[in-house]
Amino acid sequence: MKKEEVPQDQSSFSHTNMKEVVYAVDKEGKYGKALSSGWEAKTMALNESLELIEEKVLETVQKIKQGELSPIAYYMEVQRMDPVVLSGYVGMWQWRVKRHLKAKVFNRLRERTLQKYADAFEITLSELKNPKI
Amino acid sequence: MKINFEHNQSAHCENGVVSNLLKYNGLNVSEPMVFGIGSGVFFIFIPFIKVNYAPMFSFRPVPGFIFSRVSKRLGFKIKRHKFKSKAKAQQTLDAELTKNNPVGLQVGVYNLTYFPDEYRFHFNAHNLVVYGKENGEYLISDPVMPEVTTLSHNELEKVRFAKGPFAPNGHIYYPTQLPQDVDLKKAILKGIKQAYRHMLAPVPIVGFRGIRYVAKRIRKWPDKIGVKKTNHYLGQLVRMQEEIGTGGGGFRFIFAAFLQEASEILENPKLSELSKEMTVIGDQWRDFAIDASRLYKNRSRETDAYNKIADKLDAIALAERAFFLQLKKAIK
Repeated sequence: MKKEEVPQDQSSFSHTNMKEVVYAVDKEGKYGKALSSGWEAKTMALNESLELIEEKVLETVQKIKQGELSPIAYYMEVQRMDPVVLSGYVGMWQWRVKRHLKAKVFNRLRERTLQKYADAFEITLSELKNPKI
Repeated sequence: MKINFEHNQSAHCENGVVSNLLKYNGLNVSEPMVFGIGSGVFFIFIPFIKVNYAPMFSFRPVPGFIFSRVSKRLGFKIKRHKFKSKAKAQQTLDAELTKNNPVGLQVGVYNLTYFPDEYRFHFNAHNLVVYGKENGEYLISDPVMPEVTTLSHNELEKVRFAKGPFAPNGHIYYPTQLPQDVDLKKAILKGIKQAYRHMLAPVPIVGFRGIRYVAKRIRKWPDKIGVKKTNHYLGQLVRMQEEIGTGGGGFRFIFAAFLQEASEILENPKLSELSKEMTVIGDQWRDFAIDASRLYKNRSRETDAYNKIADKLDAIALAERAFFLQLKKAIK
């Protein structure tokens, strides 16, 4: 990549004035750092993955309304977690976390267990029980 | 207190932290140099491990490997601490800072307040340097940011104790006992040797064979898992290739910069020629990313389009194979 070819497209951090370092060659063919404000091809890849997260959230909301999944599943998706990450934050085995994603199991959970989830998501118990979806 | 630490914005967090810490301790090595000595150029495709609902691709070794290789090859020691207790983690950090010792920290990205929202994922192998504490705020030099910044005690504790894969557990590290004189030439040769060994490894998912394997799968994906999933998988590949920290083209440009520097130090003009070839390969990767992004923009359903970008990837695999064979010859 030549220095004059370093892309300066709009990206998610254009509004923050942040630029990232890439390596490129100057006219004499010497390598050095150059700043890029973003690249369309890459922003599109990032957006694609963000869209997928949004789709997953919508899907989860549907399933909660149908009484299939628990609010834990909703907060997990919103905070971009998966059962592996969540199990780390609540300090429980993964299989337990996966069970707690089911609405039926969730309704029988003790306050103490629910509190662990509320702490992990940094919300209150009532927010956990009644998510605004 | 504030340690007189020089912040240099870098492409990649791990190399940047290592390079900045070494510079502070009186050993002047650039980011590409750290990357090259640590054999950072790599490729692996792990179809059976899913990250973010897509198979895992990586253009670099496991986090932490580059640093430990560099320390071994340049002959310095790294002191590392990990903690169970959050209070102890903070005490140790504060104690090092009062000793005027800037330290590297492994942190999770999700709760880094100064990152743009779009980049906040649960990725736990980010690196930054803490170089002081003023009015209860920690002074942070994050190598991918243009300027230094600060984090409060709580904010720092949160990212140091992020959970999930690669959980940092408050991990702090710093170089100790730097050797009097460093044999840079020997270290560079070692770095190059391991790089071509890995890229030419007789393992189907590693190096140029790994790239070829991905190309083969791309041809099958549209029929097997559908266009939507294929596009998502391609998006994942492009993200790994171009995300902040790669310096563009899946680290290929940083490696080319390293070869150029190495050519001068080793007085080997062949390496300078190879640096140019690596630049061409990096450009090929960028081309591939553009084509891939067109696919998920247009959501085109013709399978021929997928064959075409698979051809591109095949060409890259061939080019990298030829390149690393030449590199092997060049340093003999």
